[in-house]
Amino acid sequence: MIKYKLESVDLWYRDFQALKNVSIDIKANQITAYIGPSGCGKSTLIKSLNRMNDLIEGCKITGKLLLDGEDIYGNIDVNLLRKKVGMVFQKPNPFPMSIYDNIAFGPRTHGIKSRYKLDDIVEKALKDAAIWEETKDRLKKSALSLSGGQQQRLCIARALAVEPDVLLMDEPTSALDPISTAKIEDLMSELKKKYTVVIVTHNMQQATRISDYTAFFLLGEMIEFGDTKTIFSMPKNKKTEDYITGRFG
Amino acid sequence: MGKVLILTKRKKPGDWARFLLTWAAGFITVAVLLYLVIFIMVKGIPHIKPSLFAFTYTPENQSLFPALVTTVLMVGFTLAVAVPFGVSTAVYLVEYASRGSRLVRVIRTTTETLAGIPSIVYGLFGYIFFCDLLGWGKSILAGCFTLAVMVLPIIIRTTEESLKSIPDAYREGSFGLGAGRLRTVFRVILPCAAPGIFAGVILAIGRIVGETAALLYTIGSVIQLPENLFSQGRTLALHVYNLAAEGLYNDQAYATAVVLLAVVFGINLLAARVERKFIRAVS
Repeated sequence: MIKYKLESVDLWYRDFQALKNVSIDIKANQITAYIGPSGCGKSTLIKSLNRMNDLIEGCKITGKLLLDGEDIYGNIDVNLLRKKVGMVFQKPNPFPMSIYDNIAFGPRTHGIKSRYKLDDIVEKALKDAAIWEETKDRLKKSALSLSGGQQQRLCIARALAVEPDVLLMDEPTSALDPISTAKIEDLMSELKKKYTVVIVTHNMQQATRISDYTAFFLLGEMIEFGDTKTIFSMPKNKKTEDYITGRFG
Repeated sequence: MGKVLILTKRKKPGDWARFLLTWAAGFITVAVLLYLVIFIMVKGIPHIKPSLFAFTYTPENQSLFPALVTTVLMVGFTLAVAVPFGVSTAVYLVEYASRGSRLVRVIRTTTETLAGIPSIVYGLFGYIFFCDLLGWGKSILAGCFTLAVMVLPIIIRTTEESLKSIPDAYREGSFGLGAGRLRTVFRVILPCAAPGIFAGVILAIGRIVGETAALLYTIGSVIQLPENLFSQGRTLALHVYNLAAEGLYNDQAYATAVVLLAVVFGINLLAARVERKFIRAVS
């Protein structure tokens, strides 16, 4: 089943064209990885999937971006889109509030007030992000008291608490140590049972370890897209091969 | 063994001069402040008597109590007018307006200009606009609004700086969860920015308590407990000014100045405590 369908997407930051004619299908309940050197447009692309690019002045996008057949740049409620499409950022960004309030922020935003319901949601989200055991006795403590890796799992839990369909992860482990990274990678294979996951990564080993599909980007163009195994074992394009074998990047 | 790194401290010529200069600058600053405070204390404390705090003012007791009450009222009402306005303006400038838009530049230039205007000009403006044009007469209300206009730039400036220092990551995090801009501002950004806003409010309180020129023509000089917002009154600073200007009550003027100092000190202490509590509640 196809979750996202992108057709000839072009994106400009004022005069600079950051994405050139990108067409890609993202399958549901799979992990799709975007790889490529810095400035290739992979982060730009993931941010246009929940319209976080709207916040950047002078950003213009054309082409078709369909989520479950619906044009996300059409006449839609952006806040509902972002509820449906959760996002985890490069640096863990928990709010300076308690762990509980961090998780409850999203559900409260979308109108859930009952303490009883919120307790349930918080527990479930923390369990799904594999951080419940570490936090259950200190839910009232500040989220900033957690370690970097814990903070990132908290941010994943925070995103899950609004019950999204899709989870976008923009280099979620680049600021973390190897042990925390391993924990989050383990978590991702669990997450894809329930969610469609799109991840941007600089780390090619990570892409091979966790993703089902991989797209390689270069200077705003999508060079190659396919099965992760195929891309890494038999790339069709010379540029892809050069990049994954470490000849540039 | 190769080269050995030498980390021994080496004295440079002129080090002692630099040390002496910075030390002297620091010493002079503290000394002037101490001299001022001690001078007022020495001149004032002997004249602090219970009669100075009598409920009603008579020419015999020169009570400062009505002025003290008026001062507290002024601080409260002026902040009630200026803080919502100032904070909202700053929120608009930082969170809503597109960066570098013409309107933003106009507002910024205006507030900067406001900050540089001498306070007596505010007083004249307040007299013409609030007292005369709006017909409020010389009153606490007119004084509050005049002072509110005066402290607005301070509050806008500090709030703006405080909002700008909040990392965009918090905004992204909040928007990413489907929160709108209003919710992001009120639930995430303003709580984080609160300590900075408090700092601005403390500065504003300092100006309100210490102001005389802007109040001369707007609040009157009647010494009485204010009955309502349209009563005339005198703040402590104005009271000190009047006592000293009359030349008959210099002792009481110094005693009142001591109380004024204590009030300023007390307010700052209180504000610092509130701020600390708030930060603890947030983080």
